Amino acid sequence: MTEIVLENVTFGYTEGHPIIQDINLKIDEPGLYCILGPNGVGKSTLVKCVNKILVPTSGRVTIDGMDIAEMTHAEISKYIGYVPVASNEAFAMSVLDTIMVGRYNHRRWGSESVDLEMVYRAMKLLRIRNLANRNFNALSAGQHQKVSIARGIVQETPVLILDEPTANLDVKYQVYVTELLRAFAEKKGVAVLTISHDLNITAKYAHKIIMLERPGRVFKVGTPQEVMTKENVEKVYGISCEVHDHDGYPLLVFGGALMDDDDMIDDKADFEKDTSFKFLVKNFFKSSMRTKHHEKK
Amino acid sequence: MSEKFDLSEDRLLSRSVVDAVNSWDDPLDSDNALHATIQFYMHNRAWKYIFVVACFIAIIFVAGYTVTIGSVNIGFMEAYQTIWNHLTGNIIDTRADYVVWTLRMPRVIGGIFAGAGLAICGVVMQNTLKNPLADPYTTGVSSGASLGATLLMTVFGLGLGSTWGTIGAFVFAMIPVGIMILITKMKDASPTTMIMAGIGIMYIFNAITTMMMLSAEAQTMQAIYNWQVGTLDLLKWEQLPVMAIVVIAGIVISMLVSGKLNVLATGDESAKAMGIDAEKLRIWCLILVGIVSAAVVAFTGLIGFVGLVAPHITRLFIGSDNKFLLPASAVFGGMLMIVADAVGRIILFPEVIQVGVIMSFIGGPVFLMLLLGSKRQMW
Repeated sequence: MTEIVLENVTFGYTEGHPIIQDINLKIDEPGLYCILGPNGVGKSTLVKCVNKILVPTSGRVTIDGMDIAEMTHAEISKYIGYVPVASNEAFAMSVLDTIMVGRYNHRRWGSESVDLEMVYRAMKLLRIRNLANRNFNALSAGQHQKVSIARGIVQETPVLILDEPTANLDVKYQVYVTELLRAFAEKKGVAVLTISHDLNITAKYAHKIIMLERPGRVFKVGTPQEVMTKENVEKVYGISCEVHDHDGYPLLVFGGALMDDDDMIDDKADFEKDTSFKFLVKNFFKSSMRTKHHEKK
Repeated sequence: MSEKFDLSEDRLLSRSVVDAVNSWDDPLDSDNALHATIQFYMHNRAWKYIFVVACFIAIIFVAGYTVTIGSVNIGFMEAYQTIWNHLTGNIIDTRADYVVWTLRMPRVIGGIFAGAGLAICGVVMQNTLKNPLADPYTTGVSSGASLGATLLMTVFGLGLGSTWGTIGAFVFAMIPVGIMILITKMKDASPTTMIMAGIGIMYIFNAITTMMMLSAEAQTMQAIYNWQVGTLDLLKWEQLPVMAIVVIAGIVISMLVSGKLNVLATGDESAKAMGIDAEKLRIWCLILVGIVSAAVVAFTGLIGFVGLVAPHITRLFIGSDNKFLLPASAVFGGMLMIVADAVGRIILFPEVIQVGVIMSFIGGPVFLMLLLGSKRQMW
């Protein structure tokens, strides 16, 4: 089993404003790992730091003891697969070809039939065999999601990261896909790391839950029984809830949301950012071609 | 948990999931749906090859026909016969040989390479910049080449297609490329920013070119004008090797990275996760596009529509898989170019309308028709 360790990982786009800070994590055994936390807490940022899509401002990430800062994307991609939030693509191919792209690291001369078979298995697993020849952009959001997950699975990496894999799925497929990822992790002995928002599904199927709290810190890591307590959920999410024991697993029933000071204006400069005339004029003179694109460090 | 983990021991999992995952490694020999899927895939691919071959055959016919156009009357079969005779070193009719081989063939061969080169530049640019509007023309690369050539023509009085004129076009074509690369290096630039920068540069260069034309002599101005609308008139055998070598190298290199371009199409993040340095690939692709389009533009001037339209029309037929799209667009672009050139020489015979004008004239409506008629969602 590939061992991934995060040591004091901090990341922020601007200095002094970290999005995640001092993250210490260890993924060293197979299973379904779910990252939970409220909006804007840095869940996506965290997973992007794991495979160097974002480079941490400080701290380090290691794969089997190797520092990823010294590895190329090509080397990292042999260990970690990644499925971003699905969306339309500029020039879409057929679903089959789109999933075939996931075989990029395995493709050799003459490996096509093996790759096609693998893609077929993944389509079968996600129940999208009928979509094989559809144009990717012609699909619904839920179908995009299934195709993207299939593309992640065919990468055959020891660690697979999925950013909100169940976001656009109906309840049946939310459960099916989550169960599938759990079963896949168990059967294949791989670690599946997902971001998720459904606490009950997560509480039931996750082997391990990583709960983040504001501002971008790890709050608790543990089994659902350890993490999904009334106190923890209420503190992290700001919602009153009851946690019942359902057949040995936590079942959450939510009361009212505790809307205390979520949108308090505590930083005037921050409040006036982005669209205020004053900000725009100032920004114009500072740099006239700033974009919102933050892919790079 | 290990390979031997028995999923049925996990009481949380439902039957359907256990079955689905347990059957992952089962042999698929008797799976009819797999065979149907593979068969369809193979058939579809065969059609893509057929499209490429059909365009290729069309090129041979159109090329033969184009050679017959002109004030000296040469028959369709006679054209092939003359070419064959020349190639086998068995020249019978020296006059026909001169007309066909020396006067008309460079135009046709050069046109094919120019079209192919611009088309692959379009494919590569559209993919790396993730924008259907990107091509050497809209991103200022062609304008750079144009400025370079104009500069050398007006200031140093050099002719079009001369070695120094070509080098000038080359150098100036790399300026917009360089600026686009600089932008990616300097700030968090999205592909859209890069295109906008290219468009900005295009306007600046065009303005400078126009200013230089204002002060140029009438004769030079005519030459520059010719060049600005794009023409195949000036192609000579001596110039073809440079263009041909660069274009062929461009096609080969872009096909070698076609797999990478497909991965890049899934987004920068997922490309990185699959092991491709998106930024680096984008920069190398831009450099490639700069070199290839400069090599074409230096000899033919600004032919605007091929780079944009050839990839799109090809995409309508064979889809967006770059492995097929690149060679297919190259062949289709080559064909489009000589068809447009042929039309330009026929409709107002003996007057010649520049290929760039015709390209926009027939390319535009055809493109709109395909775009509106297509039921599939493409962009």
